[in-house]
Amino acid sequence: MRIGDAKQSYEADEAIWTSSTQKLWLGFFLLILMVFPFAVDSYLLYLGCLVGIAVISTTGLNILTGFTGLISLGQAGFMGVGAYTVAWLSINTGLPFPITLVLAGLMAAAVGILVGLPSLRVKGLYLAIATLAASVFLHFIFAEWEPVTGGMGGLSLEPAHLFGLTFQSDFMMYFIIVPLAVLMVLAARNVFRTRIGRAFIAIRDRDISAEILGINLLRYKLMSFALSSFYAGVAGGLFAYFYRVVTPESFPLSMSIFYLAAVIVGGMGNLLGGILGAAFMTLVPEALKLLTAALTPFYPNAPVFMSPMLEIIFGGLIVGFLIFEPHGLAEIWHRIRRFFRLWPFRN
Amino acid sequence: MDWLFFGEISLAGLAMGGLYALIALGFVIIYKATRVINFAIGEIMMFAAYLFLAFAGGMELSPWIALPLAVIGGSILGGVIEKTMIRPMLGESPISVVMVTIGIGSILVGLVEFIWTADPQLLPSFLPREPVFIGPLYLAPKIAYGFLIGSALLIIYLLYFRFSRGGVALRATASDQAAAYSMGINVRRVFNMAWVFGSLAASLAGVLVAATGGLSPQFGIIGLSVLVVVIVGGLDSILGALVAGVFIGWLETVAGAYLGGEYRMPATFLVLAVILVIRPYGLFGTHEIERV
Repeated sequence: MRIGDAKQSYEADEAIWTSSTQKLWLGFFLLILMVFPFAVDSYLLYLGCLVGIAVISTTGLNILTGFTGLISLGQAGFMGVGAYTVAWLSINTGLPFPITLVLAGLMAAAVGILVGLPSLRVKGLYLAIATLAASVFLHFIFAEWEPVTGGMGGLSLEPAHLFGLTFQSDFMMYFIIVPLAVLMVLAARNVFRTRIGRAFIAIRDRDISAEILGINLLRYKLMSFALSSFYAGVAGGLFAYFYRVVTPESFPLSMSIFYLAAVIVGGMGNLLGGILGAAFMTLVPEALKLLTAALTPFYPNAPVFMSPMLEIIFGGLIVGFLIFEPHGLAEIWHRIRRFFRLWPFRN
Repeated sequence: MDWLFFGEISLAGLAMGGLYALIALGFVIIYKATRVINFAIGEIMMFAAYLFLAFAGGMELSPWIALPLAVIGGSILGGVIEKTMIRPMLGESPISVVMVTIGIGSILVGLVEFIWTADPQLLPSFLPREPVFIGPLYLAPKIAYGFLIGSALLIIYLLYFRFSRGGVALRATASDQAAAYSMGINVRRVFNMAWVFGSLAASLAGVLVAATGGLSPQFGIIGLSVLVVVIVGGLDSILGALVAGVFIGWLETVAGAYLGGEYRMPATFLVLAVILVIRPYGLFGTHEIERV
C-alpha cells in the first residue's frame, strides 16, 4: 500500500482508481491501444487481435478458476459454442455483430450453467473432470451435428458487419476486439465490487464457510459458470469473425489447457494477471517462431525443433511458475512497481 | 445380432480393459499415497514405450531385455518427477498440483518429439503371433498376450501391497499420514515409492498398448480414458480400478465397433457423467466427509 493513502470511507476502499497517477497511466495506455493499429505492420496487428481475444477468454476463466476456485477444462468448448452460434447466426440470419456476439455469449452461458449443474454434488477435481466430459461431448456435437455445425468441414462465415460497415481486415477487427476486451475486463473488475463477486471469492476461500455465511453455493457457482462461459462465448464469437471459419478442431482440449496456463502464469485471482498471462502465452510461440526464423540460416533444421520446443517451453512455464512464482506475472509486476515507488531508496 | 462377432469384440474389449485396469492401478497407487491426480500418466506410458522403441529398435536389443529396461526407465522417470516437481508442491491446492502434472505431460510430449520426431512409429513385434482361440472366439494375439503379461504384474502388485513391508507402509500412509509418521514410516520415501510403482505399472501397460496400436506423440490421449476409469471406479479404490478398467475397456471397444470410432470417447464419458451425478466418489471410492 502507498504511504499516506489511508482510506477513510467504504467508497474510497472500493474505488477502482485510487490515485490520479493511476488514471494518468491508464489514459496513456488506452491512448497507446488507440494509436497501435495505425503505427504497426499487419503482423503486429494480427497479434494484437489474438491477444485481445485471449484476454477476454482468460478473464472469463479467471472469474471461474481464479476467483471462484472452480477449475474448468471446458473453456475451449464454451468458446466453440460461442463461435458456432456466431457462425450459424451470421449465415442464417445475417444479424449485425453486436447482436450475434451477445447471443453467442448467452448461448455459451446457458451451456455453462448446464455444465455447472454437477457442482451441486461434486467439487474440486471431480468438477474439473465433469467439465472435461462436457468438452468431450461438445466436441462430439460440433463434429456430428452436421445440419447445424457443418460436421468436420465446419462453417465459413461472412465478415462481421454493422450499419453497412464490413469488418473484413484485421485492422477493422482490431476496433471490435480491443474495445470489447477493455470493456469486459472493466466489467469483471466491477463484478468483484458487488455481493456476487465477493460471494465468488468467499466460495473460493472456503466453500463450507461461505455456505454458513448465507451464500447459496449452487446459485453462485452456477452464476460463476454462466459469467465465465459468457466471456468464453464472446471470445469464441470474435474468434469466428476473426478467422471466418469454425471447425471442431479449432477448439481442442489443448486450448482449454492453454487458457488455464494463461491464468496460472498471469496469476490466479488477479485480473491484471489474466491480461498479462494471456498476452504472454500468446506471444511466446510467436517469439519462438521469430527466433527459429533467425536461427534457420545457421541451423537449417531449426524449424523441425520448433514445435517440440514449444511444448517443452509451454509445460516448463506452467511447472516453473507454479513452483517458483505461484502468484504469477502479476506478482512480478507488483514487485517492479514497489521497487520504483520508493526509488532511489531501498525501503 | 451376430453373437460370435459380439463375443469376439467383447473379448478384445475385456483384454484391453485388463490393461486399463493396470494403468488405473498405477494411477490409484499414486493418488492413494500422495493425493495427487496424475494427468501425466498417459505421457509417462508414452515415454516408456518410446524407450522400448529405442532399446529394441534403435539399439537392437532383444525385446525381452528391452521391455524390463523400458519399464525401469519409466519408473525412474516417475521417481524423478516426484522428487523434482511434485515434492515442492506439497501442501499446495489440488488445482495447482494438477496443473503441474499437465505441464509435465506437455514437457514429456515435447521431449519425445524432440528425440524421436512427431511421426508415428511401429514397435518391433515381440509377442507370439499364433492366433488365440478361446472356445470359438478369436482373439488377436498381441492383445491376448498383452493381457496376460499385464495381469501377471497386476497380481504381483496386489500380493505385494497385501503382504510386503513396503506395501503395508504404503497402505498405512494412505489411510492416515500422521499416524504413519509417528509409527516410524518414512512418508517421504513412501511418496517416492508410490510414484515409482505407479509409473512402473503405467510403463509396462504403455509398452503393451503401443505394441498393439502403434506409437506417436499423441499416445498420451489414452490418459483421458484412464481418467474415466479411475473416476468411475473411485479415485482411491484398487478394486474400483480393476472393475471399472475392465468395464470401460469393454464399453469403449464395443461402442467403437458398433457405433464407429467417433463414439468411443462420448460413450465412456457418458458413463463418467452419470457416475459423477449418482455417486460422485465413484463406484467403490470412499466418501470423504468435510469439516470446516
